[in-house]
Amino acid sequence: MQNTETLLQIRDLYKRFSISGDLLDQLQFKGGKLTRHQEFVHAINGVSLDIAKGEALCVVGESGCGKSTVARTVMGLLNPSSGTISYEGKRIDDLSAQALMPYRKKMQMIFQNPYASLNPRMTINETLSEPVSFHNPSWNKGEVRDKVHEVMFSVGVDPSWGVRFPHEFSGGQRQRISIARALAVDPEFIVADEPISALDVSIQAQVLNLMMDAQEQRDLTYMFITHDLSVVEHFGSRVAVMYLGTLCELATSEQLFDSPRHPYTKALLSAIPKLQDDRPNHIKLQGEVPTPVNLPTGCVFHGRCPHADKRCQEEIPKLIATDSGSQVACHAIEEGRI
Amino acid sequence: MNAIVDDNAPSMLQRFRQSHFWHSFCIDRVAQISFLVFVAYLIAALLAPFIAPYDPYDPATIDIMNSELPPSWQEEGDSAFWLGTDAQGRDLWSTILFGTRVSLIIGICAVMLQAMLGICIGLVAGYVGGKVDSLLMRMADVQLSFSTMMVAIVVLAVFQATFGTQLYQELAMLMLILVIGIAEWPQYARTVRASVLAEKEKEYVDAARVMGLPALRIMFRHILPNTLSPILVISTVQIANAIISEAALSFLGLGMPVSQPSLGSLISSGFEFIFSGSWWITVIPGLVLVGLVLVMNLLGDWLRDVLNPKLYKG
Repeated sequence: MQNTETLLQIRDLYKRFSISGDLLDQLQFKGGKLTRHQEFVHAINGVSLDIAKGEALCVVGESGCGKSTVARTVMGLLNPSSGTISYEGKRIDDLSAQALMPYRKKMQMIFQNPYASLNPRMTINETLSEPVSFHNPSWNKGEVRDKVHEVMFSVGVDPSWGVRFPHEFSGGQRQRISIARALAVDPEFIVADEPISALDVSIQAQVLNLMMDAQEQRDLTYMFITHDLSVVEHFGSRVAVMYLGTLCELATSEQLFDSPRHPYTKALLSAIPKLQDDRPNHIKLQGEVPTPVNLPTGCVFHGRCPHADKRCQEEIPKLIATDSGSQVACHAIEEGRI
Repeated sequence: MNAIVDDNAPSMLQRFRQSHFWHSFCIDRVAQISFLVFVAYLIAALLAPFIAPYDPYDPATIDIMNSELPPSWQEEGDSAFWLGTDAQGRDLWSTILFGTRVSLIIGICAVMLQAMLGICIGLVAGYVGGKVDSLLMRMADVQLSFSTMMVAIVVLAVFQATFGTQLYQELAMLMLILVIGIAEWPQYARTVRASVLAEKEKEYVDAARVMGLPALRIMFRHILPNTLSPILVISTVQIANAIISEAALSFLGLGMPVSQPSLGSLISSGFEFIFSGSWWITVIPGLVLVGLVLVMNLLGDWLRDVLNPKLYKG
């Protein structure tokens, strides 16, 4: 990845959501004084990532670790609390809707739930032609229709089905249509937010292969959010492991599966069920994921980490490059303790 | 696969005939009868100038000597006036036809005004959220805390007092539409906002935002069509309510003038004579009004059941 150019750059991204309601709910009487009290969910805590052109970066992690929030922030559906997102070297997180328009064409998103991601009152033709005609206002009807037919054909949906409504399709077909909608504006970069987790296992492979074919044919870059590690092995060129809104480890997928470094990654990989397992030696982590409302100090993983020491409780670890080429955020690895 | 490809897209009519909506209409006798009666009212109102044997707005055709004739089936009745005449000698049947027309026009126009205001405000409040939402919904709360009748009585009475009865009578219909329309927008705004809040969370809205579509287009092209069911349901009930409000205001003397009576003002004008035996001037328009409001409410109830996503998801 040294010799390829960076497409998307995320630097020190933070995102927190207020959970204290509006101003009236935040006011509290404490010791005779009226004070304003706010609580936040810290969804992303200092994530830095580079996505190179042409790669498929998988972001994995358990539920609630901020994977989807990263995806939605990258797409501009959420505003970051701090930090920057740059696309081809240009900062895009602070642009107005108008200035963002050229990037809307280059960046597209595929959603998790195929049952909710298509407008139930629009036919497939309407759904697909809307982005095409919106981003190419000079095209006439015939050109728009040709483009719609082309993308429908490329995702394996017969163009003559375009007059139908989403409820007439199965989940897998709808997800293909969602992919077609994303492809319709000829994007360079696609964020896929768990695109196959709502699908049947037999359909998952089809949709994955479809996405990989599209990557080959259209020279796409993916940011692929998933919690399914077997998909990562199949699909991703690099993997970012997230825990509680922070990045633990960033490595190529071979490296990650061969030699995971971060204690959390090790535990995560050991949890993959294997066929020969009759006595699985899972690494059992103690305790539970801490609440993102009151983040632990230091390394967010220290409460459950078998290697944690005093430094882990106090200092937030930075991502450092290891000798094997992967990047890990762990004091114990930095100090050579593990 | 080819078998599926070959069949052509069902047309709108075919889709409609296969829909749950049409099916439940076919099996629901009450809905069918209500719908037929409502259509009969609509036709009567639309074609009033052609159906009515007399023109109640034309003073030249009215003879005061014919006043207070009972319906034709009674002994003293005149076969020229089927439902009798009112205190001014107008043919009651013609007056009722024209009155239904006036009532329906006021009801429908007032509801269109309510819907326009309410839908726009509800969409903006639900979609934008935050402070805008709080502000608009508090406005709705304030509006709802005044009863419609009170607002209408105050506004209409003040208007009548300041600009005089002459001007008021000319503008009565417009004023009624405006007052009833503006007083009831929160009904729509709240319903629409609630649906928008639910729809906004769905991913197709995110997809539209990712496309870069402008907010107005997302609101009106993507979210609004998905909130139409509740709008349809409250519309039927609101038209009935608006007609009732209009009738009540007319009864209080703040509605349509006697020269252009609606059902309400007709009931009101007959009320003075009800104890002198001329019951028909009040009772017959009253029955017509009750019938109209009843079928609208029955249709609304049926729609609410059919379009309830908890009972049927589609």
